[in-house]
Amino acid sequence: MEETLTAAQRVALARQAQRPGICAFIDGLFTGFFEMKGDRLAGEDGAILGGVALYHGQPVTVIGTRKGRTVEENLHCRFGMPGPEGYRKALRLMKQAEKFGRPVITFIDTPGAYPGIAAEERGQGEAIACCLMEMSTLTVPVVSVVTGEGNSGGALALGVANRVLMLENAVYAILSPEGFASILWKDASRHEEACELMKLTAPDLMQLGVIDAIIQEPEGGAQRDAAAQIAMIDRALSAELHALRGMSGRELAAQRMEKFRRMGAPRPEADA
Amino acid sequence: MTHVFEKRRNRLRAMKELSESYLPPEQVITCPSCGQEVAREEVERALSVCPACGHHFPISGPARLRLVMDGAKYRELYRHVQAGNPLDFPGYDDKLRAAQEKTGLDEAVIVATGEIGGRRCVACVLDSRFMMGSMSAAVGEKLTLGIEYTVRRALPLIIFSASGGARMQEGILSLMQMAKTSAALAKLSQKGLLYISVLTDPTMGGVTASFASLGDVILAEPGALIGFAGPRVIEQTIGQSLPEGFQRAEFLMEHGFIDAIVPRSGLRDALAKLLMLHEGGTAWRKH
Repeated sequence: MEETLTAAQRVALARQAQRPGICAFIDGLFTGFFEMKGDRLAGEDGAILGGVALYHGQPVTVIGTRKGRTVEENLHCRFGMPGPEGYRKALRLMKQAEKFGRPVITFIDTPGAYPGIAAEERGQGEAIACCLMEMSTLTVPVVSVVTGEGNSGGALALGVANRVLMLENAVYAILSPEGFASILWKDASRHEEACELMKLTAPDLMQLGVIDAIIQEPEGGAQRDAAAQIAMIDRALSAELHALRGMSGRELAAQRMEKFRRMGAPRPEADA
Repeated sequence: MTHVFEKRRNRLRAMKELSESYLPPEQVITCPSCGQEVAREEVERALSVCPACGHHFPISGPARLRLVMDGAKYRELYRHVQAGNPLDFPGYDDKLRAAQEKTGLDEAVIVATGEIGGRRCVACVLDSRFMMGSMSAAVGEKLTLGIEYTVRRALPLIIFSASGGARMQEGILSLMQMAKTSAALAKLSQKGLLYISVLTDPTMGGVTASFASLGDVILAEPGALIGFAGPRVIEQTIGQSLPEGFQRAEFLMEHGFIDAIVPRSGLRDALAKLLMLHEGGTAWRKH
């Protein structure tokens, strides 16, 4: 582990354009991926990629945010910022996974949900809210991996999981440090200062009980050796799925709800 | 006879409460919406609504409860749950104390039980005077405790939202309250219980993207600003100014996200009617 990195340095690493994304993970971890598009209501959103695949021979539903690698792809995916269609597609695929009794694996790497006129017109808030509520009730195992930056409700909408894992240099936060600084101090240029205060690194979040495990990265970061990174994710993911195998659907939903129920419950001394 | 006096006293108190902290102190107020000069007293009598154009001024949490509850009476629950400073955020403790002193509240939400139209319910009210009604871990905890209380007693639930969104000073723990409250509402829904969400000005960010959008029935006050992303963030992202009426209650209803827009003067009756319509069992009702 690279203990010496500052939070701001990790934010920079998490945003590295060469960092492996959802497509690399699908290629490296699964076989027979079949992409499923559309929310069956209004549209298709490239910022979320999802479908069914085999993971060590077992069918699973895979869903993740997609940033794209080329400029064209970036624009098509709005740099990984989903709209309501994306979240409704994700929810559709999760309910489908529940119907067929297969685990859900999500990969999170997003600057946040897209802030736009059309997104608001079509109910960005409602779409995220429904993901949060429905995901909490799923009767199949759900494992989420935060692989890059996980910002705002737009990230959490794919993260209500039995187990939440995080790459060593990934960050997970209420919003981007720039947004945080601009809301709190009306000065986006103070983002480095915000990084340190926000407690957004994997070790910080582990301590706060927000995530369950940290997946190590290769020396220098995931972008240095994607194959090695994928092998590390594979080891963690298969162990987590294995551990959840003995639980019934009911137990899985109860464990997930209970886990989020405890988040930020006041400490006794604050209970005066 | 005493009953009549008590009623009148409660009404007077309710009117006083309605004005607390929101209306400018002057005797004549310039309405921010229509620009008309209106007598403060007249605005107060109209439940903090501009008599000229119908602009709804924000009201405090206690005022909201007095407005909707029978006899302006309610019993507060879980008052003792207070915010900590989980990230040791500099200056946050002072900010909290200042908000507590200003409002007389411990946190930005009040959880209460009372009757509306003779029917018992649980009502949670966010108070935007307290750090913009933002969602702290304590707000999420109180809401969740309120929802769980509702489930245990098989009561209907009403949440009045008024919030700028997440509480920045609590970072990721504020974010997690979205999942926590939504999961609690999933349990309420599984029990076949009624949840009415009332959106008031403003309802934004993580509040919109969690419990506020999950009502069986969603009502809004006229002109309330409701959305996920803030208007300024959207303008910066798309590089153009936003259309007139964008993210207002009327805009949301047009796009299919709100059942009805209810002026403040009709809110109590609308809630009483909805509680009546959802009461009682049919043979097919869950539980």
